Amino acid sequence: MRNLGIAAVSAALLLALTYLLDPFRDYQLATAAAYLCAAAGLTVLIGVNGQLSLGHGALMAFGAYPVALVQNELADRGVSAQWTLAVSVLAGVAAATALGAVVGVAAARLHGPYLAGLTLVVAVAVPSLATLFGGVLHGDQGLSVYLLPPPAALGPDFPFERWQAWLALAAAVLTMLLLANLMRSRFGRTLRAVRDDEVAARLAGIPVARTRVLAFVVSAACAGLSGAMFAILAQSVSPSAFALTLSLNLLLAVVVGGLGSLAGAVWGSLLLVLLPWLVDTFTADLTLSPDLRQRLAGNLPLAIFGLLLVVVMIAAPGGVQGLLKGVLKHVPQVLAPAVRGRRRSAGGLDDRLQR
Amino acid sequence: MLSGIGVRFGGLVALDDVSLQVPDDTVVGIIGPNGAGKTTLFNVVCGFVRPQAGSMSWQGAPLRPKPQRLARLGIARTLQGDGLFAGLTVLENVMVGATRFARAGFGQGLLGLPGSARDERALREQALACLDQLGMADQADRMPGSLPYPLRKRVGLARALVSRPKLLLLDEPAGGLGGEDVDELAALIRGLPGQGCAVLLVEHHMDLVMQVSEHIVVLDFGRVIAAGPPDKIRDDPAVAEAYLGTEAGEASVSQP
Ligand SMILES: Nc1ncnc2c1ncn2[C@@H]1O[C@H](COP(=O)(O)OP(=O)(O)OP(=O)(O)O)[C@@H](O)[C@H]1O
Ligand SMILES: [Mg+2]
Repeated sequence: MRNLGIAAVSAALLLALTYLLDPFRDYQLATAAAYLCAAAGLTVLIGVNGQLSLGHGALMAFGAYPVALVQNELADRGVSAQWTLAVSVLAGVAAATALGAVVGVAAARLHGPYLAGLTLVVAVAVPSLATLFGGVLHGDQGLSVYLLPPPAALGPDFPFERWQAWLALAAAVLTMLLLANLMRSRFGRTLRAVRDDEVAARLAGIPVARTRVLAFVVSAACAGLSGAMFAILAQSVSPSAFALTLSLNLLLAVVVGGLGSLAGAVWGSLLLVLLPWLVDTFTADLTLSPDLRQRLAGNLPLAIFGLLLVVVMIAAPGGVQGLLKGVLKHVPQVLAPAVRGRRRSAGGLDDRLQR
Repeated sequence: MLSGIGVRFGGLVALDDVSLQVPDDTVVGIIGPNGAGKTTLFNVVCGFVRPQAGSMSWQGAPLRPKPQRLARLGIARTLQGDGLFAGLTVLENVMVGATRFARAGFGQGLLGLPGSARDERALREQALACLDQLGMADQADRMPGSLPYPLRKRVGLARALVSRPKLLLLDEPAGGLGGEDVDELAALIRGLPGQGCAVLLVEHHMDLVMQVSEHIVVLDFGRVIAAGPPDKIRDDPAVAEAYLGTEAGEASVSQP
């Protein structure tokens, strides 16, 4: 109930914000909102449940492609209305959820490097499906997404970017609301218990394997929604948009933002949008050879992000959210137990039983 | 309750033809040198280890345990060490122990329905009541890592007790406790049978075991070398030998 109130207020504020921003900023806001869906789901998986995923970019692809396929298919059949978007997005979420269930079942008994390896394989393999099923998915070139202009009721001059921002923000607020509900419920505690000690969790009556699969499924649904929003934002889908770097970026975002708290995912998503933009604006003022500039364009933000990650790991393991909390409470130590608990979750069953 | 249990890990015989019974409302102690197979025996009862031989029964029915089903059967266990969830508060740790009383499901939690909040309140009250009984209500919001070890062990105990078990398996509950704490623990354990909870106690602290147990089973190299009331065990030469040295222990095993 409290979460519902917060969500309603944030939605109203964000709605007002979209009117204040110009179309370019609205688009940036929309991008951050789309990232947030996936980042929030990822932080629940990694930070709260202790399962690493390097494959969330692939789950996002599973959310995005159905949007293109369903939108275009319906348009081809002459069905062209705003409601088709809801159907397409649901199809994307369903597809990502299904993939998440499969990966989750395979991952349920894996820890540490094995889990990382499995999800890495997913991250690398999924984009190549676009070529494998080139007839439908058009390989590297990808698909465009058929979209209608904003509803006429919003007025004739309503910028398309603002409409996109509305859609992505609605998705992000919904994601945050549902995840916040979950974290406050018994399920949130169950996820953390499984992360901290699987043996003790089972003895307390928690079905550990099922809980881990469910965490993956929830996280995958969020990634699917995120991917669907990216399809709507870019109005196209292609394998390169969902490559391994996307998965890594998401991972960096949730760690730098502050692992295990939904607010941390907000900071991380904002960074994901702001950092490349800041780097672009900054390097634009420098006089660089066009060649060097082009080489820096994609990689510099990633490099800075990586550097930031190292700094955060060393200086502020609680991430941005941890720093803020520490400043507010003047007791950074409160974070220590949570971080320690997370580190411990990698051990195998046998050495747990022998403690 | 347990009969003819045998467990081997590769070539190592961890348990060999172990039988024992925990009658309702009694405390049964298990003692034995390090590596005797005490924890392994608990792992068998909890379903973490499948025995190659033997069978178990619980309340008249055959028992084929799965760890996550035990709590519902009325069996709870504490772990050697503290085994707490380091990222959860003391209260949350105990609430996890009360999982079997939870009613609200995933969907209710996701949608933030009132049923979920009501359920959480009920669990919180049970957990607080349990902590209160152990004199730890004021520590409810602390993180386990910030507590001294004896209190951590007590949280582990609370987490097991909150499920209102009919059988409680305690794996070295006195490990790392000081004299006063051990006395409190002894009083607590002795009180459990009166509340309808039988206890199977693994412990190196001989005084504690002798004080609280009605029946004691001595394990050595996975075999039961002696069983009986505390007085008899105390005077049993085989037990003394098992604790004195490996050679003497082996000799006593070969001629039971
Ligand atoms: N999962 C396992 N795999 C292989 N060997 C094991 C396993 N679990 C226990 N063992 C071995 O079985 C034997 C009995 O171990 P167990 O932990 O049951 O002893 P214990 O009586 O609890 O000892 P302690 O008093 O030190 O806790 C030991 O030799 C141990 O190394
Ligand atoms: Mg042991």
